Amino acid sequence: MPYAIEVEHIKKTFKGKREVRALDGVSFSVEEGTVFGLLGPNGSGKTTAVRILTTILQPDSGSARVLGHDVCKKAGLVRSLIGLAGQYAAVDENLTGRENLVMVGNLNHLNKAVVGGRAKDLLEQFNLADAGDRPLKTYSGGMRRRLDLAAALVARPTVLFLDEPTTGLDPQSRNDLWEVIESLVGGGTTVLLTTQYLEEADRLASTLAVLDHGHVIADGTPAEMKADLGATVLEVGLSNLEDARRTGAVLDTIGPHSPMVNGTVVEVTVDNGPQAAMLGLRALDREGIVPTAFTLREPSLDDVFLSLTGHSTVEEAHTQEDGGSPRRGRRGRRLRAAEEALPIATGELS
Amino acid sequence: MTTAIAAPTLSGAPPATGIGGKLRWSISDTLTITRRNLLALTRIPEALFFSTVQPIMFVLLFRYVFGGAINTPGTDYVNYLMPGIFVQTVAFGAVSTSIGLAEDLQKGLIERFRALPMARSAVLTGRTTADLVRNVFVVIIMTAVGFAVGFRPTTGVLPYLGGILLILLFAYSLSWGFAVIGLSAANSETAQVMSFPLLFPLTFISSAFVPVDKMPSWLQGFATYQPVSVTVSACRALMIGGPTASWVVQSVAWTIGFLVILIPLAVHRYRTRT
Repeated sequence: MPYAIEVEHIKKTFKGKREVRALDGVSFSVEEGTVFGLLGPNGSGKTTAVRILTTILQPDSGSARVLGHDVCKKAGLVRSLIGLAGQYAAVDENLTGRENLVMVGNLNHLNKAVVGGRAKDLLEQFNLADAGDRPLKTYSGGMRRRLDLAAALVARPTVLFLDEPTTGLDPQSRNDLWEVIESLVGGGTTVLLTTQYLEEADRLASTLAVLDHGHVIADGTPAEMKADLGATVLEVGLSNLEDARRTGAVLDTIGPHSPMVNGTVVEVTVDNGPQAAMLGLRALDREGIVPTAFTLREPSLDDVFLSLTGHSTVEEAHTQEDGGSPRRGRRGRRLRAAEEALPIATGELS
Repeated sequence: MTTAIAAPTLSGAPPATGIGGKLRWSISDTLTITRRNLLALTRIPEALFFSTVQPIMFVLLFRYVFGGAINTPGTDYVNYLMPGIFVQTVAFGAVSTSIGLAEDLQKGLIERFRALPMARSAVLTGRTTADLVRNVFVVIIMTAVGFAVGFRPTTGVLPYLGGILLILLFAYSLSWGFAVIGLSAANSETAQVMSFPLLFPLTFISSAFVPVDKMPSWLQGFATYQPVSVTVSACRALMIGGPTASWVVQSVAWTIGFLVILIPLAVHRYRTRT
């Protein structure tokens, strides 16, 4: 299958008071008609990669091609083939939704009649028909983001770049946007998506690359990444911290992996799920420990990230302005998990 | 939101080829951006106030409050004042270029523009052209207000229009200077803060409101020959009479000089700003 996007050894350093090596030899490729997820925490280089691929920035070295065209040498051609929806809804506050779409259509040099029709269709597709003739000042955050994506689609791009399209959106808007992206890919569009949400990458992307400090630290399909991690995770919930501590010690005996005690929850990676479950339950029973929850689950991409980098994806999310407050509880837990995972990884606990 | 979105069979027009095609695109893109900026102007009450009510208040203030205390030999103060107010108004208005560009950068609009197959120059030419159009509108209002408060040009219609043209060209060249500031500022507030320290000495240490010969002698040189004063003097000569040629030549020279230096500088800032 031909590649829609090919990136080879891209390097980019931002000079200034503090030199920042945003990308340090990044390579990946994206097959036509698929969704590629570029995953990583803030500052990992995701946005820089998107800006290079959309011709906004020039790399210091390396090369990148979109649909076979070099993004530096054929920038004009590349621009006419791509769409970009950025991290911040880049739409004009003072114009109406329709005027924004028409402006982008005109700047793509589409036929005037075509532009009007497409603006109308897109406003309808994105549930903005009623708001289409109101200035954007009156739009909610979710509406702006939808309009931003609509603006990226006016020229019917063959390759679409979405830089953290759902950051800061409420769950309903996020789901709506996911459906739009799936429908676009169904129509043959290639999508490169950056995200810090593993759930999002898992749901949308057929292939992934994980970026950390400007390096691709892993790539493959979500399933491959989970397979690489090993197997299943056994998660046991206890009613108190003392039981959790004891359970940690007990579960350490059932397999080669060390358990991670995390408040009243104990997690251990196991190679054979059912067998480990039986061994685990028997061992707990012998000790007279009664769990409140006992779950076998597939490793999440959170687990993947943790094992690859030694820190969770959400480590830096706390400093982010709109770090998704509804998820804070989960984030907090993962953060502690990350801190405790480090000694386990180096074997100091066992 | 669940309807299938049509397959991307046809994309935007293929890139323009040849000088003619590229020129046609840059004109069309400039017009698109100009239109966008003018539409925005009509929807920001502050901007409308800034470009209409504020200059009218300046006219009334100087005409009726300060004017009585200012002695201008050979002509009524209102005739002396109006050319000065014209230039001061368009110079203040040029700040909107710096604020507007800084805002576009801040909000990520420029980022979107950079990824579109549009002419690179259109963001800047569209912005400065919108300013020019706004200034045409402003000088028409100012002319009406001037006449209402007793301004009576003495030289006829053509020289008057010549003066207006001179002001518009001068303002256009200033817009490019403020574009450089807007592209260098971190945000729109900084752009505003950076603009006024430049603007105040140019408009007030000038012959716009008071005769220069009442200023201390060490200030007179600057106050007479700086670009705003030169343009004011040229307009004054064109509108109410006096030796014209030397001032007009100096004003045109400043205007051309600004354009030659500031356009490449602004384009360079636009290209290198990340």
